[in-house]
Order: sequence, then C-alpha cells, then structure tokens
Amino acid sequence: MPGQNLRPPTIAVTPQDYQDLTKKLTPKPTIVRNSFWAFMVGGAICALGQVIINLFAAAGLGRQEASTAATASMILLGALLTGIGVYDEIGKYAGAGSIVPVTGFANSIVAPALEFKREGYVLGVGARLFTVAGPVLVFGISTSIVVGMVYYLWH
Amino acid sequence: MNLKHVGNQTVVFANSPVILSSYSVVGPMEAQGPLGKTFDKVWPDNINGEKSWEIAESKLLQEAMQGAIDQAGVPSDQIDFMLAGDLLNQIISSNFAARKLGLPFIGLYGACSTMALGMAVGSMLIDGGFARHVLVGVSSHHDTAERQYRLPTEQGGQRSLSAQWTVTGAGAIVLGPSGAGPRIPAVTLGRVLDYGETDAGNMGAAMAPAIADTILNHLQDLQRQPTDYNLIASGDLGSVGVDLTRQVMQRSGTPLGPEYTDCGLLIYDQKQDVHAGGSGCGCSAVVFAGSIMQRLKAGELKRVLLIGSGALHSPTSSLQGESIPGIGHAVVIEA
Repeated sequence: MPGQNLRPPTIAVTPQDYQDLTKKLTPKPTIVRNSFWAFMVGGAICALGQVIINLFAAAGLGRQEASTAATASMILLGALLTGIGVYDEIGKYAGAGSIVPVTGFANSIVAPALEFKREGYVLGVGARLFTVAGPVLVFGISTSIVVGMVYYLWH
Repeated sequence: MNLKHVGNQTVVFANSPVILSSYSVVGPMEAQGPLGKTFDKVWPDNINGEKSWEIAESKLLQEAMQGAIDQAGVPSDQIDFMLAGDLLNQIISSNFAARKLGLPFIGLYGACSTMALGMAVGSMLIDGGFARHVLVGVSSHHDTAERQYRLPTEQGGQRSLSAQWTVTGAGAIVLGPSGAGPRIPAVTLGRVLDYGETDAGNMGAAMAPAIADTILNHLQDLQRQPTDYNLIASGDLGSVGVDLTRQVMQRSGTPLGPEYTDCGLLIYDQKQDVHAGGSGCGCSAVVFAGSIMQRLKAGELKRVLLIGSGALHSPTSSLQGESIPGIGHAVVIEA
C-alpha cells in the first residue's frame, strides 16, 4: 500500500479517494432486468417441470413417483443442454433463474465433468466434479441436519 | 559507459531497436470485432482441433511466433533469445511453444502487461549488445483463463458489468538492431501499485493507478506532454479502468486527451456483449501487432505509447481476500 513504498506515489489520489472514485465509476448491476429474467426463465423451467409431472401422472405414475421421474427428466435436460453448450448461454440472461432449479444443479455438475475430463477420470472428473456444486451440498446437507434435529425435538 | 537510464524509471536507447516484423493469430470472436481485418491469421474456433484449451493456446503462440520469424526474414540461428509469457500457471503456453521452437528462452510473467514487458526487455538486450535479434510473443485464451481464474467454461452464470472478456489470441514481433520498421527509442518499466481493489471482476480498477503512475513517470522522465504522442494505448483496462485512469490523470494535473485509448476497448464491438472490454496478454499483443503496427507503417501514427497493464493476483490470493496489485510497462514506438 502507498505509504510503505520506498518512493512516494506519483498519482495525486489517496487510496480512500480512489476507492470512492471506483465505486462511483463502476456500473451497477441491472437488478430489475436481472430479476425479471430470473423470474421468467426460472418460472418457465418450473412450469415445464410441472408439465412433465402431469404427463407422468397421466401415464399412470403415483404423485410421488411422478415428481421423482420429472426431477430425473429435468436433470437429464440440464445435463444435455450443458453438453451441447446451450445452458451457459441461458445462464447469461437468466442468472439465478437457471441456477436455482434442479437443471442448474445438473449444469454445475456436468460443466466441471466436461472441463476436467482432460485431467483424467480419477484426479480430473472424480476429484473436481463437485468444485461448483460442493458448497451447495455441504451447506444444503448441513442445513437439513439442523432442520431435522429441530423437527425431531419439536415432536 | 554511458548510462541509458533516465529519470525515475525510463531507459532511452543509444540505438533504437527496430521492430522487423509482427504477427497476430486470433480466435473467431476477435476476428468479428472492429479490428478483424488487421489480424494475420484467424482460427475457425477456439480449439482448432487440439486436445485441450491449453494446448490450443500454446499452438496460437507458436503460430504467431513462427509467423513473425518468417516475416522478419531473419535466419533462426540469428535469433538469440525468445521472450514469452502468458497467464497460465507456470506459463505453460510459453514453455510448450519454446519446446517446439527450440530457441534460447526467457520466460516472462507480467500478467496482461507481458507484451510490453517483453518489448522492453528485448529492446534492452539488443541495445545492450547481448543479442542480434530477439523474438517476443505472448498469448491468452478465453477458455484457459476462464477455467483457471473463474469457473468451468460451460457453467451458466452472470458476469458483472465491470468484468472483461479474455482475448483468444497471440501476438509476436521480431526485434533487431537495424533495418526497416518502427523503432523503440525508449521504455518505462512500471512499479507495482495497489490501491485496495479486491474485486477480480473489476481488474481495470485494480490496474488503473499503476498505469497512471507509469504514464506520469514516463512523461516526467522524458519531459514530455501527452500530446507529444499520436496514440497512448493502455493494454486492457476496459471501460471502467479507462474512466478511472482519466480521472486519476486529471487529478494529478496531466489530463489525457483524445490521443488516449485502450486496446481492450478497441478489440471488441459493444454488440459483442463483452461487458467492460477485452483483457489478457493477447489483447494488447494482437492490437499492437495488427492495427497499431499497420498504422505506424502507413505513416498514420508517428509516435505511440503502448502501456501494457497487468493485474498481479492469483485465484488463491483473491480467495484469501488479498487486494489486486497492478503494474504498467510503457514502450515508445516511433514510425
């Protein structure tokens, strides 16, 4: 940091001034537009999921089985769209709308699998498959344990 | 012996080294940009049949370096050093290109400032009498950079508006002691400045103080004004970094006029959705080796100041919360 330099800084701006200036000149995220597209795409993915559930139910599966089969179908779809290089293009516009549904989870597993396959199946795919999804699992499972314990003590 | 070091951090050469040739190879997206026609070679896609992004990047560099050698018309046994660098861990693109070319190799790392750094060091080697010819080249690749610094390439997500797009491309030049071509009369090597930016999605902001510092020292060392240059081009500050550099220069009493621009702003069109502009070692290298060299040779530009801009962080340092140190190296090029 300046002040510790052997030579004094040439520019006539203090780090504090500079950080204020940076804040002022850095474009703000377009929250309204991002939220709109996240809502539309996220909603569309969920609506598609519901259509698939209904189709499975109409084909004779029970309610529970129909949602499990639909979840598996959505994972397949997310993985497929990742593999053919489309999902990241959707994610560019949809943001959280395509990350939060289960298709996004599929994307975050398949993308590292594709990327790290070149480093081999053990230290590449095996070791790095969960680089993106890992935190989701760690905190998702931890939360479910806490919620489970609360539920157990409550009853 | 006459000291060639002038002022704070500038070197003025006794016999200005000559840029005998330049060559650029880019990916399809760069070719679709406004400078598309200025590049020597365009790849049909980012991998061009290679088995990994990394090998593809190394191949880009190899092709650029071979192209520069061929155009210079210098026998390879008269090229005494190859100077190269890139963004990948242990600069593997350069190491692997050097393995193929078989020339005495000095690996450089100045992050995205490496082209200017290489031109400066190469010029010193030549004017110092340590080499007859020096080959300088750098590369960057969008997908190798994504997976090293950010996320797997197929991961869906949003980039911030201040984020930049790593250029897929390599540029190379051959420097010699005499001959026809633009000359390098002086260089100003930069120092590392860190004004506390921690956002790796805003690298222009991290580098701007170092660029302004180098420009100010350069002008002061040579007693010049910004208007003494037809073009002052920073390497890859992008739109946020350019705005900040202008502000910092203004506040430091040396405002920059229309002569100032940034290679990261020149290389892509606004419509290409790259957000703040291009980045990577290849950004300044291909803009210089293509467009700027052609404009110098055509006499449209007489004197240019190219300031390579580098963000000297790593994914590890960023995760550990360290701010991003920046550096700028300036090279004067005269037609």
